[in-house]
This record gives sequence, structure tokens and C-alpha cells, in this order.
Amino acid sequence: MARTLITGAQNTWCPGCGNFTLQHTLKNVLADRETEGKSLDDVVLVTGIGCHAKMADYLNINSVYTLHGRTIPVATGIKLANPDLTVICCAGDGDAYAEGLDHLIFAAKRNIDITLIVHNNQVYGLTTGQYTPTSPLGFKGKSTPSGTTEYPFNPVELMLASGATYIARGYTKKMPLLQTLIHDGIAHKGFAFIDVLQICATFFNMTDYYQSRVYELTGHDATDFEAACKKAREWDYNRDAPIALGRIYQRMLPTFDSHYPTRSITKEEREERITRLLKGSV
Amino acid sequence: MAKEVSVLIGGKAGDGINNAGAMIARMFSHLGYRVFMYYDYPSLIRGGHNFAIVRASEQPVAVHQNRADFILALDQETVDLHQSHCPGCTLVINSDRVKPVDGAPSVSLTALLTAEAAPSIMGNSAMLGAFAKTAGIPWEKVESVFFAHMPKAEQNLRVARRAYDLVQTVRVVEPLHRAALPLLTGNEAVGLGLVKGGLAAYVSYPMTPSSSILHFLAEQKDRFCLKVVHPENEIAVILMALGFAYAGTRTAVGTSGGGFCLMTEGLSFAGMAEFPVVIVMSQRTGPSTGLPTYSGQADLHFVRSAGQGEFARLIVAPADADEAYVWSKIAMDCAWEYQVPAFVLIDKMLSEGTYSFTRDTTDDETLADPLRKGIAMPYARYRDTPDGISPLAFPGTKGAIVKANSYAHDEDGITIEEAPVVLQMTHKRMRKEESLISGLDRYHPVNLLGVPDASTALLCWGSTRGACVEAAGRLGLRVVQPVVLSPFPERQVKEALAGVKRLIVVEENATGQLAAVARQYGIPSDARVLNYDGRSFTPDELYERIQEVMH
Repeated sequence: MARTLITGAQNTWCPGCGNFTLQHTLKNVLADRETEGKSLDDVVLVTGIGCHAKMADYLNINSVYTLHGRTIPVATGIKLANPDLTVICCAGDGDAYAEGLDHLIFAAKRNIDITLIVHNNQVYGLTTGQYTPTSPLGFKGKSTPSGTTEYPFNPVELMLASGATYIARGYTKKMPLLQTLIHDGIAHKGFAFIDVLQICATFFNMTDYYQSRVYELTGHDATDFEAACKKAREWDYNRDAPIALGRIYQRMLPTFDSHYPTRSITKEEREERITRLLKGSV
Repeated sequence: MAKEVSVLIGGKAGDGINNAGAMIARMFSHLGYRVFMYYDYPSLIRGGHNFAIVRASEQPVAVHQNRADFILALDQETVDLHQSHCPGCTLVINSDRVKPVDGAPSVSLTALLTAEAAPSIMGNSAMLGAFAKTAGIPWEKVESVFFAHMPKAEQNLRVARRAYDLVQTVRVVEPLHRAALPLLTGNEAVGLGLVKGGLAAYVSYPMTPSSSILHFLAEQKDRFCLKVVHPENEIAVILMALGFAYAGTRTAVGTSGGGFCLMTEGLSFAGMAEFPVVIVMSQRTGPSTGLPTYSGQADLHFVRSAGQGEFARLIVAPADADEAYVWSKIAMDCAWEYQVPAFVLIDKMLSEGTYSFTRDTTDDETLADPLRKGIAMPYARYRDTPDGISPLAFPGTKGAIVKANSYAHDEDGITIEEAPVVLQMTHKRMRKEESLISGLDRYHPVNLLGVPDASTALLCWGSTRGACVEAAGRLGLRVVQPVVLSPFPERQVKEALAGVKRLIVVEENATGQLAAVARQYGIPSDARVLNYDGRSFTPDELYERIQEVMH
């Protein structure tokens, strides 16, 4: 019997929020997985703190509702503990790019086999409207009423520099593409990074901006690092430029978790080996 | 008087003093002595003065004395700094770097190395050979220790033999004809105790004095099937460990004060989400970067209260390698049985001290089974139960949806803000602490030592116990040492202190932190003997200090 994928928890996202698209996209990906005969018991969702993170309450699957910025280390521990689990992180742009930036770079560097979906709305929503690392220069938020004086950084370019093995950009108003990108990211063996442009209906509605600039990649060779860099730099999250959507880069490398032993030790073996070690310490 | 001997070996950082000291400790161990070795070094890689003091005794020892019977001087500074504290001691000197001393056995390391075409790293073997002869240690003992513990033993032994033949025996250390015991550092004992407790993953970012746990377990990872991870920082360390715990893997982390600062958000998360995890916290002298390679006991308040909000935690503070082994295992077991964070609170003295290890490790104790209650479906991660402990399931369990949450949550792990549910779940977590308190009874959380019915008692914790027991022996005092420091074993401490007229608290901090905790539980102290210069109390020093406050 197919599982009911949405919990009874009351949904508190604002009307028009991009999170609804992500929720339904994830629901579809999970339902497809079940249709393919894969158990949802082996899927773990790890969320940070922010509007995006309510996904943990709303999706009826294993979940860890963690701390702000900390999805990746928790997910890494889960994957190392049990490589048979499929581990998906939902993080915000404040989560992944500010509070947890160190973890993001190391996840890419290590190539841990998890999938990170960044709900990038270029604003802090839950704390009612402050700039994030990807807000455009001059963004007027509650902490920067005169406008930010710092440029955003480009997370796609950062992930290319850090060694991520699956890098994609999606957009909440292009749901079929988003679903493909998330599905492929989960299927990818290694660290899958998906930056999802998501509008914040209340504090930073970028719909018009995105609608006129986004385009889906065609004929792009995602295995070509130089081509990927070029596509990543086309739009720097600040100046006006076409915004590429789709799989930007992918390559296969051994995963971090594959280097760890999966064998465990019996009680008898443990005792015998402690005894042997102590004999060697005499 | 028990037979006892102390040896100080000193030189520059990079001279291999720690390893040479350990070889001396092993020679004494092979003569049947119980040993303790203290290693003193500044926080740098080359240069600076390093020394080790090996104390060997017929009795168990857990602390050194500053007064040595032998000084092995690799350089002049060793003689200049230590000879005056050691009247009547026998010097053994490296004539390459030490001015001649009348009557002192003397060897030129460079000359011996040249004669054997040996690399300079083998210079210490010459010192060890010279010392063994000076102390009348039979050559077979030297051989057996070298073969067991020295790489390239043959060549090292040839170097040692040349020195052995060059010098005369000055002061004989009598063999005790007892079997040698294993020697372990406190950190190795912690590591083995964790392994005994079912450790399957260890996550740590290097920080003195905890780093050698990481090194030891990384070296032993294949033997014990361990997943050892060194992540980007201590925030990642604790959160990875919580991820491991969520997925059902017994995991520990290790750090010192500065690293633990970064772990506090993860600690509070463990409290709220009820993740079992063991945190080994090895104290050094603070605040801040402080004295990285020196000891202290100034983080008791910090560890007792770290993390926002209120939640149960276990803190155990073992005193020596035996206790470090036993209580690290108990900490792991309790963390899983009660689903709480558990601390092994130690310090530089214990972490990096080397001890004769006497524990039998083959006892047939089974690990606590966190699944003992069985899992009812539909599964609720935080099911409300009479003892507050919810049946534990891990992701991957068929049909169980396991939701862990840092927010206030209901039994299913779904975020809530309704007052009655907040209260219900808070009370559930608080009942776990009550369960933990009664569960700890079986482990004897308080040690009563010294003269058990003496009317003057020393109250101490952690590595300071070694000096306390010796000073108390000479002064006829009672010693009470709570191993468990949270939940504070109030009843057991009060029982151990029954009939005490004068209570002296001994600890290595500037404000008397255990004294303050005891006072909270209605246990006032009459005097405090504190030390906070980074150097642990020796029995002689403590004997003097206690006498000042006896009446």
C-alpha cells in the first residue's frame, strides 16, 4: 500500500510560497521511488532551520529537523552510519551559504553521497526579511535598511571550485525540470548540489525578474568543467544576465562513504582484540 | 616503606623524550613495579624544554613526584632546571651537550651512534642503555622491552649495549619479581573503554590534550572496525556524531574546552532530540587558548551547564587509566540506555599520563539494549512512557517513520507550540533524569578511600585523586571522590561523608568549582586547597598544602 506522503501537520507557509512547489516535487519524486519498488523506509530527509525546514514536519518520511546551517554534518553522519540510506537535505540559502558554509564546501570536497537542495530565495523569510549571502547588492532588508554594501557570492561557481560532482540549478516555477534535477541528484553517486531559485511571496518576490531571464540548458556538455564554469559565471546572482537552469556539471568520483568499513565487530571479537592489544602493551 | 624510584629524563622538543620516558616506564614495569609517567612539554614542535618523570612503586601510583632519584640529561638545561629539586640524585649525562659532572655516568651519544653507524634518532637508546646499567637493571630486561616496543630493535640494542658497557652501576633498582602489567595512557584507556562499550564511530577535530584519542583510534580502526572521522571543525564533529546516533551507531567525540565551546549547540540539540552521544572533554588550563599542554579542572561548571535549555546529561570524571576504561564504557552504555549526552570529563594529566593498567577486560557484561522495549507501530520516536525513555528505532526499520526534531515536538516528532504538549514532553525528558539517577546506583558513583572513618575528609574529583589518596594516607584522612558529577550523586556523597567534621575540597581551578556544586546540595566545605598553574598536585606538595588547612 502506498504511503500517505503528507503528514497531518498544519501547513504554515505563506500563500504563493515557492516551498509548495518543492514539497510537491519531493512528494512526486518519493512516490515515483515507491512505484519503482524502492522502500521509503530507507529515505531520510534532513532539514535546517527556516521556512524551508518545515518540510520535515510536512513530509511523512524519516526526518531530522536539525539546527540552522547544520543539515550537512548530520546527513554525513547518517550516511556514514548506514550507507544503504538515501539521505536528502533541504536547506535554505541562509542555512547552506551563511551559517553552514564550511560544511557545504567540505561536503563537496569529500564527495559524500547525499543530495542537497538549497531553497534559495535570496532572503531570510522566517526571521522576517534580512539579506542572505545571495541577496543582490543594495538589497534593503530589516538589517540593511540603506541597502547591502556587499556583493552576493555565486554558489554554483563555489561548488565547482570545491569539487562537487553533481551541480544543478532549478527554479520553482519550472516544476518538471526541477523534478528531473532532484531525481537525478538523488540517483547520482556522490555529492549532489541543487540550487533552487525560489520566490519568497512575502519578503522578496523575484517572479518577474526570474521569468524574463531563466532558460533551460540544451546542448550543454555537463561533463566539461570549463563549459560548466562558463555557464556558472553567466549570471552572478547580482547583475542582469540570462539564468541557466538544468544540470551544469557532473562527474563520477569515489564517494567519501565508500572508504569506510561496513563490517561490524562481534562482542567476542571485540573482547579478544582488546585482550590482544593489552598484551602488546605489556 | 614501599620500594619506590623516580626517574626524570629531559631534553629539547624533538629529542623524543616522551618515547624514551615510556621505555623507562616499561623497564620498571618489567621489573614488577607499578608505574606512572608524567610528560611535560611546551606547545611547540622543536626546541623548548621537555621532560618526563617516571615514578615506579611497589604500590599503585597515579601521580608523579617532582623529586627524582635519577636525572637523565640529554642537555644542560635539564641539569640546570631540575638538579636543585633532586638532592642526592644520580645524574646520567649526554656528554655532547652537558658539562661534565663529577662522578656522573656520562656517554657521548654522537660517538656511540657513529660507532654503530646509527641514525641520530637512536641516540635515546644510548641514554636508555646507560641508565639501565647505572640502575643495575639486568640486560635481559632491556632486551625484552626493546624487542617488544622498539622498531629496529637490533640496531637500537647495539647502540644501547655500547652505553651499557661503558658505565658503572651506581644505584640498584631492586626487581620485584612480579608480572609486568600493560601500560596505557589515560587517552588510550578512554578509547578502549569506549570500544568495550560498543563504539563503532569516533569523530574528532584535533585539540590537545584530546588528540591522542583520535590518533589511537585511527590507528586501531581496522582492528576494531571503527569509522574514524576528522571533519572541518567541532560544530561538524558533534553534528556528525548526532547523525551517526540517529542512524543507530554508537559514537563518541573528543575535544578540549575551546572545541567544546563550538559543540554546545549540538549538545543542546542532543538533549532536545534525545540523541545518545559520548563527549570526551579533556581539560587544559584556560581560559581561551590558555596553556595548551598543561592541566586543569576549570571546566566543571561549563560542562555541567553547557547548552541552552534544561536537559539531562551524564558526566563522569575518572581518576586514572583503570577508571577511565571502566567509566568510558559506562558512559557509552548510559548514553544509549537513557538516550542522553554523556561526558567523560578528564584533563591533560590523565589524558597524557601513562599508567599501569590493572583491569580485567574479559568480564561478560552485556551492552545495554536500547531496543529492549520493542517497537509498537505506528512508531512514535518520542513516545511518552513512565520512565521517560522512548523505544528507539532507526531509519531503515520497516514501517517505522523516525522523526527527530530540535524544536519542541510531540510524540511523533512533529513540531508543536501548544503549552500542554510542551509540558508533557518536558516532563517526559525530566523523568529520564530520574531514571538515570536510580540506574547509576549499580555502578557505585562515589569512591570512599583513605581512612574511611576519619573525621577530616578530602573531597576531590578526577586525576587529583592520586595525590589526594597519598597525602591522605600520610595524614590519616578520608578521601571522597564522586566519579559521577551529573546527575550529582547527592545521597551517595552524603553517605560517604557521614561523620566528617572538617571537609577540605582539593581541586585544580581558582574558584573551587566542585566545592560550589557540593554547596548547592547542602554540603558545605571548611577549606579549599586549589591549584591553577597548569601543573597537577604532587603528593608532597599536597601534603604541605593540606597541613596548612587542617585546623
